[in-house]
Amino acid sequence: MAAKPDNTEFDTTYYIQHHLQNLTFGKLPESYARQDSAGYGHVMERETWTWARNSEEAAAMGFNAVHVDSLAWSFGLGVVFCLLFGWVARRATAGVPGALQNFIEMIVEFVDRNVKDMFAFHNPLVAPLALTLFVWVFLMNLMDLVPVDLVPAIMAALGVEYHKIVPSTNPNITLGLALGVFVLMIYYSIKIKGLVGFTKELTLHPFNHPLFIPVNLFMELVSLLARPFSLGLRLFGNMYAGEMIFILISVMYAAGWALGLFGGLLQIGWAIFHILVITLQAFIFMVLTVVYLSMAHEHDH
Amino acid sequence: MQINATLLGQMIFFALFVLFCMRFVWPPIAQAMAERAQKIAAGLASAEQAQKSLEQAREQSAEHERAAKAQAADLLAQAKKRAEQMVEEAKTQAHEEAERILAAAEAERAQQLAQAKEALRAQVSHLAIAGAEKILESSVDPAAHRRLLDKLAAQL
Repeated sequence: MAAKPDNTEFDTTYYIQHHLQNLTFGKLPESYARQDSAGYGHVMERETWTWARNSEEAAAMGFNAVHVDSLAWSFGLGVVFCLLFGWVARRATAGVPGALQNFIEMIVEFVDRNVKDMFAFHNPLVAPLALTLFVWVFLMNLMDLVPVDLVPAIMAALGVEYHKIVPSTNPNITLGLALGVFVLMIYYSIKIKGLVGFTKELTLHPFNHPLFIPVNLFMELVSLLARPFSLGLRLFGNMYAGEMIFILISVMYAAGWALGLFGGLLQIGWAIFHILVITLQAFIFMVLTVVYLSMAHEHDH
Repeated sequence: MQINATLLGQMIFFALFVLFCMRFVWPPIAQAMAERAQKIAAGLASAEQAQKSLEQAREQSAEHERAAKAQAADLLAQAKKRAEQMVEEAKTQAHEEAERILAAAEAERAQQLAQAKEALRAQVSHLAIAGAEKILESSVDPAAHRRLLDKLAAQL
């Protein structure tokens, strides 16, 4: 990470890296040489839970850290989803629906139709799961349309140095969702087919011969494990790239009014295009989840 | 790209939200939508039923109208026939009456004629007798010549 520059000059590298750094709270290991704001280093005597001051510290924390901003926004948006949908659900009437109920029902029906098209089994979990994923991922992606400097600037004024508001640009968030889906895939595979059936599927397919068991197992395991990772990384990659372009566009604002104006036009254009991307990515995430769960329910394919 | 405990936190949130949605969001909305679908289906069915019964009622009323028209035409025809009959009867009656009156008049005339003839005959026989008396100067015996005179009167 580049050192924080003096205030007179705009440092593009610092700006971009600052935008890509999460607000991290974690455990610094023992004997980590920590630099304070003045640049003096001191070696820590024992491991400590603390806020990471920069990306080196965050990296040194390893797995024992949480991205507080991503988790908070992810949780908050999930709560928004639950409150909004829960409120409408509690007041849902079979008579003439109000505008909000109509809107919510539209989403529910859209999800329901997709689930019915792709998932031919009876499982009361799948449709609510798909709805949750679709709306939640959409809301997380939607944060990408908030101007990149707005919330970080507000948080900086409040004394929080790092802040990323788009949870789905954090691989932990997207992989967390994907691993949740993976757990469900494994659970239903074993529940529906039995441990023996699931093992058979992994070992006797595609070549149904005892000699090919290792080959089958390798291929099936790769294909099985590739699913959650492709699911999580696809969403992460798309959103990360989209956010990166927003950041790069906003760099232009520091380069004079002509380029700034051009950047403004670009930002509008990219934002409009991005509306499509965030919806599509949320939809793809939902569809793939349903498809994977459907595959987990299938007895033989 | 840094993988850390955020992953676990996200998985926990994921489970929470999905459970919430499964418990409190999906069932009421799905139920409301299903109920509404049922309501709409029932409404449509009853509308169709009403349409059908309307059709039936229309048919029935048309049937009634047709029957009433036929009856009216029947009555009209009957009345016409009856009227014609009455006119015919009246005509016949008038004819008969006229003929009867004519016949009576004829009879009366014939009777009067016969009376007049009778009277005339009587008078002629009287005249004849009186004339003969005058001619014969009372030589005629009325009793003796009664037969002759009657014969004469009958011949007139």
